[in-house]
Amino acid sequence: MSYQGKFRVWRGDHASGELTDFTAEVNEGEVVLDVVHRLQATQAPDLAVRWNCKAGKCGSCSAEINGRPRLLCMTRMNMFTPDQVVTITPMRTFPVIKDLVTDVSFNYVKARELPAFEPPKDLAPGEYRMQQIDVERSQEFRKCIECFLCQNTCHVVRDHDENKPEFSGPRLFIRAAELDMHPLDTRDDRKETAQAEQGLGYCNITKCCTEVCPEHIKITDNAIIPMKERVVDRKYDPITWLGRKIARRDQLSNQP
Amino acid sequence: MTAPVTAGSPAAPPSTAHHDRATIQENTLRTDRWWVTPLLTFIGLAAFVVYGLVRAFMNKWYWAGDVHLIAPFYSPCLSQSCVSGSSHILGQPIPRLPDWLSWVSPAMMVLILPGGFRLTCYYYRKSYYRSFWFSPPACAVPDGHKTYSGETRFPLLFQNIHRYFFYGALFVGSVLTYDAFLSLSGKDGGIGLGVGSIILFINAALIWAYTLGCHSCRNIVGGRLKHFSSHPVRYWMWGKVSVLNGKHQQWAWASMVSVVLADAYVMLVASGALTDVRIFN
Repeated sequence: MSYQGKFRVWRGDHASGELTDFTAEVNEGEVVLDVVHRLQATQAPDLAVRWNCKAGKCGSCSAEINGRPRLLCMTRMNMFTPDQVVTITPMRTFPVIKDLVTDVSFNYVKARELPAFEPPKDLAPGEYRMQQIDVERSQEFRKCIECFLCQNTCHVVRDHDENKPEFSGPRLFIRAAELDMHPLDTRDDRKETAQAEQGLGYCNITKCCTEVCPEHIKITDNAIIPMKERVVDRKYDPITWLGRKIARRDQLSNQP
Repeated sequence: MTAPVTAGSPAAPPSTAHHDRATIQENTLRTDRWWVTPLLTFIGLAAFVVYGLVRAFMNKWYWAGDVHLIAPFYSPCLSQSCVSGSSHILGQPIPRLPDWLSWVSPAMMVLILPGGFRLTCYYYRKSYYRSFWFSPPACAVPDGHKTYSGETRFPLLFQNIHRYFFYGALFVGSVLTYDAFLSLSGKDGGIGLGVGSIILFINAALIWAYTLGCHSCRNIVGGRLKHFSSHPVRYWMWGKVSVLNGKHQQWAWASMVSVVLADAYVMLVASGALTDVRIFN
C-alpha cells in the first residue's frame, strides 16, 4: 500500500537553517532513508545525507526522527500512521555541516586520547591465546558500529557543550571497559584514566545511551557502571585497598 | 599534510562552539508522551518517601505480639524504648534517648541502611535524576539546568559509597528473613502460619532479589576480575547476580511495594484494625 506522507526535514548549514515541508510517496516495507532518497531523486537533489550500508551496520545515517536519535535506515515507515508528520533533523550534539550531515570528529578526537590496547611485551601477534569466558564481556562492546547516537543523546554534552573537553562519552566508556576487561591488556591505569581523563564521573547513569543504541549494547549496565565500580575499588573503598595489601595480590589489576 | 596523531597522545580539543549546531527552535521534537514515565516515577517514589516518613515518626503499631509479626520498617528494633517483645537476638544495644530526642523512633535508627542503599542505588539514581531533578527528564529532552557537573563533586560524589550500603543491606535482608521465620511461631506455641507470615516471606524474597542483583554486588562477586577462567566459582556467582541485575529496576519496584505492603499489614494488625488471618495455629 502506498500513500503520500508528510515530512519536515531540517535544511541548512551552521549559519542558518529551518524545517522544510515535503510530501512524498511512501511504499510498504520502506524505511525513512528510502523516503529521504526519494526526496533527493524527485524534489531536493541537493539534500545532504550521509549513508552507506542501508543495513544498520555502518553507523553512517544517524539522525533524529520525531526528536528521537535513530538510524534512518533502521526506522521503518510503518512505525508511523499515514497522517503523521515525520520530522527529520540532524544530530543536535555535533556541529552541522549541511542538512542532515554533522561533523562527528569530536568522537575521533576522544578516541585518539584513549590509550590503545597493550598486549604483553613477550607475545607477538599470532601468539595471543584467550579463553572465551575471558573475552566475552569485551565482545559485546565490539558490536559498536560507531553511529554515535549514544554520544548524541547524552545530556552531558548535548545540553552542556562546555563539558566536551572533559567528557569522552558513552562510546568511549565502552571502549575503556572493553580494554580494562580484556584478558591480554596489560595497562593497569585504565580506571584512573576513565575517571581523570575521560570524565566518567560526569555520567549520572540515566541510561539514554543504552536506550538509543541500535546494537542493543547494554552500555550503562555492562560498561559504565562496572567502570564506575572499578574506580570505587581503586579510589573509594579502603576495605578493597586493605585486602589487596594484605593478600599481596591484586584482583583489580592484570594478574589472573 | 596533517601531523599523525598516535593513540594516547594529546589531540586537538574538540569544537565547543554551540552555534555550530543546527538551529532548531523547538527544545524537543519528540511527539510521544515522554513525560508519562518520569511523572509516574515521581508519584511512586514520592508516595514511598511520604509513607516512610509517616511511619518513621509514628513510633507505634510495629509489633503484633500474639502473632509474632514485626513491621519491616522497625526491624531490627535496637532501642531500649522498643515495645516489649519487638527486639530479638540483636537485643537493645541503643539506650533510651533523652526526652528532647523522644521523636527519634527506632525506625529512624535502622532505616538509614535500606534508605541509603536505595538512595545511592544505580537504578534509583537514574529514576530520581530524571523525575525529580530533570537531568534530563527523558532522552533527547533538554536538561533542566544551566550547568552540569554530574557526580564529579560534592555532594553527588558520595554516591560512590553505595557498596557500603550494600553491605548494610545484606544485614537488613538477613534480619527480615529472620523475622519471617520468627513469625512462624504459633499463637498457642509451636508452629503456626498466618497471612502475615506469608507476606513477610514474600517481602524477604523480593528484598533479596533486589539486594543481590545490585550493581555493586555484581562487581564484588566477580565483575572486577580480569580472568573469569581462573575463578570458576566467582564466575558462576557473577552469572547468577547478572541474571538478577538484568531486572534490577523491576526488583527495585517490587521490593519497594512489598515492604510498604508488609509494613502496612503489620501496622494494621498491631493496631487492632485487622486480625491476622491464620491458616493454622
